[in-house]
Amino acid sequence: MKPTAVSEAHARYLKTIRRNTRLVRLARIGILIGFVLLWELGADLRWFDPFILSSPSRILATVVRLYSDGSLWLHIGTTLLETVLGFLLGTLLGALFAVLLWWLPRLNRILDPYLVVLNALPKIALGPVLIVWFGAGMTSIVVMGVLVSLVVTTVTVLNGFLAATDEKQLLMRTLGATKLQIFTKVVLPSGIPDLISALKISVGMSWVGVIVGEYLVSKAGLGYLIVYGGQVFKLDLVMASVMILCVLAALMYYAVALLEKKVRK
Amino acid sequence: MSSELLNLSSVSLAYHTVEGETAAINDLNLTVYEGEFLAIVGPSGCGKTTVLSLIMGLMQPTAGSVRFASPDVRLGYMLQRDHLLDHRTVENNVLLGLEVQHRLTDDAKARALRLLDTYGLNEFRTYKPQQLSGGMRQKVALIRTLAIEPDLLLLDEPFSALDYQTRLNLSDEVYRIIRREHKTAILVTHDISEAVSMADRVAVFSARPASLKRLIPIGFLPSLSPLERRRQPEFHDYFDRIWEELHA
Repeated sequence: MKPTAVSEAHARYLKTIRRNTRLVRLARIGILIGFVLLWELGADLRWFDPFILSSPSRILATVVRLYSDGSLWLHIGTTLLETVLGFLLGTLLGALFAVLLWWLPRLNRILDPYLVVLNALPKIALGPVLIVWFGAGMTSIVVMGVLVSLVVTTVTVLNGFLAATDEKQLLMRTLGATKLQIFTKVVLPSGIPDLISALKISVGMSWVGVIVGEYLVSKAGLGYLIVYGGQVFKLDLVMASVMILCVLAALMYYAVALLEKKVRK
Repeated sequence: MSSELLNLSSVSLAYHTVEGETAAINDLNLTVYEGEFLAIVGPSGCGKTTVLSLIMGLMQPTAGSVRFASPDVRLGYMLQRDHLLDHRTVENNVLLGLEVQHRLTDDAKARALRLLDTYGLNEFRTYKPQQLSGGMRQKVALIRTLAIEPDLLLLDEPFSALDYQTRLNLSDEVYRIIRREHKTAILVTHDISEAVSMADRVAVFSARPASLKRLIPIGFLPSLSPLERRRQPEFHDYFDRIWEELHA
């Protein structure tokens, strides 16, 4: 979709815009390449001990080794499954809870202080309790992922619903709308952008929940690799896992952003 | 004059807050006749909008009664802001009232779309409200109100959020639409010129608690548009009279 210039001045204007975009993109890639090169160089020339800070080549070698012994997909798959489950369940339950609180304003008023405390509480503090309740397995980790994304989703979506209600309630009442109609025709459709912002926040939150969950209790997964690597002083393994995590988290975020673009259209 | 459509008799209303009680309306008597255009002016904060809420049934009077000529008088309310729904097209915004009231038959829909067409909005049917100017948005809001075929239109300062130019043009147009559709209308405004240029009668309210201070019949021919009325020599006499009533 390349815009065509309508005049010479416009062509110059378009050129400036394109040049700026190119410059930004170039700088971004430049930073990445520069960082990797400097890291590798520093390790080779012994500016620092690669045993402590690892290096790009050692990270790559570690990933290749994980791949060839077949455990790479197991760890990625485990963490990804836990995160997607935690994210979907957390968002779904959070949104449903927001609907309930919107529908029953008195319940919302009663529960408000509890919601505030739950929102402020670092949910990962509950980790040890979850292990006791749900056992030392995947369930605990998923529950942690759910918990971390649930409250923030509820709060964000509910606020979106309430803003839409304030705005249009009077109009809908003058038209004689029922509560259900106000919800389906106004509150829900105008709450969709907030729902998507909530998705963007909670997708990151679920990663936090799941990784911390894996730190506490797990036999596989990227969080497990990080803790294990730290304990046996294999920093290459730790760094490799963090890098994979970066890529996965970014991919999942972009998936949500893509969804947003689709919905906003 | 034609038959009575609405009668407010000895209506009083008090607001309750934690701090206490505020009398908003005190012993208000007002009759609205079929086919007339009544404007209500009054000092700001005197409870003009509250009267519309009472008529609409959004509030109940503390004392007195609000009576319609028949129980199936249908009301349409036009608010100060257009409140168009951003996620709906112009067409679907216009149909919102019919949809909510489960009256979206093919006939009703065709009639609503014809209104859009008659009043020059047909080519914007598929537009989203964000793509329209303030004046056009307010026109869409009026057509949304007309689409439910109200017998009585309540206009709550519908032009006050617009710039002066748009305001004059739109009030002209709204006046024509209301006359052509033979609607009864009550316009609440703080703008004396607007009231004189559109109404058959102007009700001047007192400061809070509101009651009816004076009813002033406006003697222009209904065929004169608001802009033409503004050019009549008597226009200023009406203006001055209402001004004096408000400040007496």
